[in-house]
Parts: sequence; C-alpha cells; structure tokens
Amino acid sequence: MRRPLQYLALLGYMVFLAFPLLWLLSTALKTSQEMASLTPTWIPRHPVLTNFADAFTEQDIVGSALRSLVVAVASSVLTVVLALPAAYSMARHRSLVNKIAIGWVLVSQVFPFILIIIPLFMVLRSLDLVNTLPGLTVVHVTFTLPFALWMLQGYVRSVPRELEEAAAVDGAGRIRALVKIVAPLLAPGVVATLLFAFISSWNEFLFALVVLKDPDVATLPLTLVKFTGAEGVVRLGPLAAASLLATIPSLAFFAIIQRRLRSGLLAGAVKG
Amino acid sequence: MTLTAERTRGPAAGRRGRPGRSRQGRETLLLMLPALIPVLIFSVGPLLYGIYLAFTDARSGRNSVTSFVGLSNFGDLLTDGDFWASFRIGLIWAVSVTVLQFVAALGLALLLNENLRFRAFTRVLAMVPWAMPPVVIGLMWRLVYHPNAGILNSTLQGVGLLDHNVDWLNDFSIALPAVIVVGIWTGMPQTTVVLLAGLQGVPRELHEAGHVDGATTWRRFWSITLPQLRPVIVTITSLDFVWNINQFGLVYVLTQGGPGGQTRLPMLFAYEEAFRYGFFGYAATLGVAIVIVVLAVLGIYIGRQMREVS
Repeated sequence: MRRPLQYLALLGYMVFLAFPLLWLLSTALKTSQEMASLTPTWIPRHPVLTNFADAFTEQDIVGSALRSLVVAVASSVLTVVLALPAAYSMARHRSLVNKIAIGWVLVSQVFPFILIIIPLFMVLRSLDLVNTLPGLTVVHVTFTLPFALWMLQGYVRSVPRELEEAAAVDGAGRIRALVKIVAPLLAPGVVATLLFAFISSWNEFLFALVVLKDPDVATLPLTLVKFTGAEGVVRLGPLAAASLLATIPSLAFFAIIQRRLRSGLLAGAVKG
Repeated sequence: MTLTAERTRGPAAGRRGRPGRSRQGRETLLLMLPALIPVLIFSVGPLLYGIYLAFTDARSGRNSVTSFVGLSNFGDLLTDGDFWASFRIGLIWAVSVTVLQFVAALGLALLLNENLRFRAFTRVLAMVPWAMPPVVIGLMWRLVYHPNAGILNSTLQGVGLLDHNVDWLNDFSIALPAVIVVGIWTGMPQTTVVLLAGLQGVPRELHEAGHVDGATTWRRFWSITLPQLRPVIVTITSLDFVWNINQFGLVYVLTQGGPGGQTRLPMLFAYEEAFRYGFFGYAATLGVAIVIVVLAVLGIYIGRQMREVS
C-alpha cells in the first residue's frame, strides 16, 4: 500500500516540476500561425526550428549575448584572480579576516539590494561607469567575490599542507612549490569557481537593470525581458527559443558540478 | 569541515609568539588586499552609505543637494498607505512561499531518500529550476499563465475545472497566489537539496531502534527524523525567508508588481521609488525598515527554536 502512494506522490512532483519546462519547449517549436490559433496543444502540430533562427535576428539577441559573454568572462576571471591569494591565505593562516569574510557572506544575504544599489549607482556615476560593461563587471565581481572566496578556500584546504612542506624540504622554493605542487591539485577547484562566477554573472538581472539603462549595451537577460514588452502572441515562439538558448550555459554548468553540489558544498555550507 | 579546521588550528597555534608572526601578518594582509579593496569600495562602503542615505532627503539628480533629515523619512514611511500595502503583500508572499516550499521540499526530500525507481531522474529534474536564469523562469511561467496561448487555461478547461479563460497574472485576486506558485517552483531545489543532505545525516541506528520498539512510520518521522533535522530546518527556512522577502527579479519579470500593485513586493516598491521617481533617501529608508523586520522575525523565530531545544 505504501509504495503505490509514494509513486503517486513522486509522479505529482515530476508533473509539477516538468510541465512548465515542457511547455517552454513546446512553445519554442511552434509556428507563429499555430501560436495565433488560440487553441494551445501540448504537441506542436507542425514542429519547426525557425523560432531559433528568428531569435537570432529579432531584437539584438546576438549582440546582447556577446555583451553578456564579455561581462561574464571578465568578471569570472577577475573574481578568481582577486580571490585566489586571499583564499590561500584564509586556508593556510588562521586570522580574524576569515571570520570577517564569512560574516560578510552572511550579512550580505540579509541586507536588501536597494541599500547597496543606490550608493553603488552613485559611485559608478561619479566614475562615469554607468551604461558601460566595465561598470557592470565591477559590480558582478564584488558580489561574487565573497562566495567565490569561500569556495576557493575550501579547495585550498583540501590540498594537504604537508605536500607543500615536503616540497620545501626537497629544496624547492616557495613559489616553485606553489606552482608545481599546489596549482595542479587546485585546478579543478579553480575551474569550478570560475564556472560559478561565470553563471552568476550570465544570469544576473537586477544590477544589469540598474546599471545598464541604455538599450545599446543591454545584456541578455535585459533583452529577453524587453522581448515581452511589445507582446503579441506570434512573438512568443522566438522568445521561448531565445530563453532556451540563454539557459544552456547554466544547464551545462549544473550538469558538470551536480555531484559536487549534491554532496559537499551545500551540506557543508549549512552545517558551517 | 570541522575536521580540517581542527587540523589547521594545530600548527598555526604552535607558531604563535615566534618572530615569524609579524611577517606572516604582513603576508596575510598582502594576500587579502586584492580581494578586500573591491569589497570595501563597492559593497561595504556603499552599504554603510546606503544606511546613512535613509536619514537624508537624497534625490537621484547628479547635482542635487542632500541634507540630513533625521527620522522624518521613517515618519513618512509609517503613514504611507502604499508602503503598508506593499509590506503586507511582501509578508504574505515571503511567509507563504517559505512555508509551502518547505513542506513541498520536505515531501520530495523524503521520497528521494527512499529507494524508489526514477529517483535519479527526479533528482536531476528537481535541480533544473536552480540551473535556470531567474529571468527565463519568469518568462517561462508567463507562457504557462498566458490567458489565450497558455497551457494552464486549456488544461484546466480540458479536465473541466474551469469554464472560461483566466488572466492569471492580471486578475486582482489571483495574481498573488499565481506568483507564489512560481516562487515555490523556483526555490524548491535549494531547499530540497539541503533537507535531503540533512536526512542522509540522520543516523540509521535511530530508525532501527524505533523499528524494534514498534514505532509506526509516522511516529518515527515525528519523534526521530524531525527533531534530528531541526538545525537544518531552522537554517534553510530562515535563509528562504530572507531571500523571499528580498525577492525582486522573478516578480519583476512576471508582473512588474501589477495588477494595481497586487504583487508589488517591498523591493519592487523600493526600486520604483529610487529609479522611477528618484527618491533615493526614501527608498533607502524602506531598505532599512525591511532589515529591521527581517532581523526581528529571525530573532523571534530562531530564539524560539533554540528555547524549544533546550
């Protein structure tokens, strides 16, 4: 008796989780005539891929995707470059800064964005960085840094200190030990952090909305939202297609780090 | 995590008092500096300045003069009907999403913890909302809720639950519940993953002992699983509450706060005050007010949980 009920509940969850996704896919495959027919069906009557082509030509999807890419690459690389020395220091030396850094990660969760975004907007305005991609990059770096720092120092910790010391005993210099011994072991962690920072930036909407007022510099999330402004049912197909394309990077990221997220990172984060 | 902390503590404590210490301090500072400077300039500094702005009449203009006005913004806030409406909606949203999402996620986590078929598949499926950009989630649900071209109306009419098309996101009484459902869908992965990790940490022996003593499944859940999960539950529901009350992007994409302000969460209200009307000071006041509410709610909630434990 118990098993069937459990399977029924599981089925319920699967339906709830999957149906919006299937509908997005279905919409992306429909012709504009079918969208306009106003009798929606799950299975497209004449599935087409033209919406994906249209997504590239309508609006400035390609341009804004490129801008998103530039910001995401720049901010993820910068984040890791800035965070790596600090993460190393946090993991290897016990200091007050560790506690402050973790405290800041928590505090930054509690404070609503509005308290930071207004002064930040004023700072960027005085530096003439409003409506520029470097301006948005700076914002993304600052807001990914604390968590990236936390991730990275966990990875540094997992590299045994003894390895470094052994290398030093064998006569390798400090820098040499770091480059030859620590760096290769740290590489997967660095890649994971890079990906995390990349996705945070790629998906980010709110700061982009405030910093990039000019449509000519809009990033992908901004352009997608604008897509719906001049609605009209016939345009929903390309919108769905573009949304699917915009999701690919983050889906790929999650596919890669799925295992890690499930086991370590979050469990550790919650238990402290 | 605790293990590694113990291990690194050893040598560091041993080094204390040696002449190398000041050199190490300098090195720490040097290594921390590249990360510290941007965080100080672009987030700690602005945060402090933002709190200060709450006590000023700052406007958005580049050359507008700002003066200190003390608590008058807070006075305005308390008599502002729009604020109270938005605050009420924010609380309804945050509490319902947090509670319903917790119940749904706990159910899912319990199922995923059983040895069921399709478990791996559901697990991956349950992660998908987490992987999606919030903007895409908002757009996707707009397609689902679309009054004419959406699947929800035609499905509900197909099974005879509805007899006319409902404009889910533009109906005064339905918009907020409709948005809450999206909130639950969006936040379920994190909560489920955390609860599942917690469930897997409940010692198997406890359940076996309960089994031997003849406790029913239900009883074992109430007196073994739940108490064991308590710290995890308190942590994740607190975080969910904070995230939800500060929610912006998802609802902005879904409804922009409409219809008639029915889904205007506090942060949407603050955003409009700041970047549509240019009242920087007033919007900052709103932010401070929300911080106070959040800290009070969390203080009461966590305090009570701790007392019940002891």
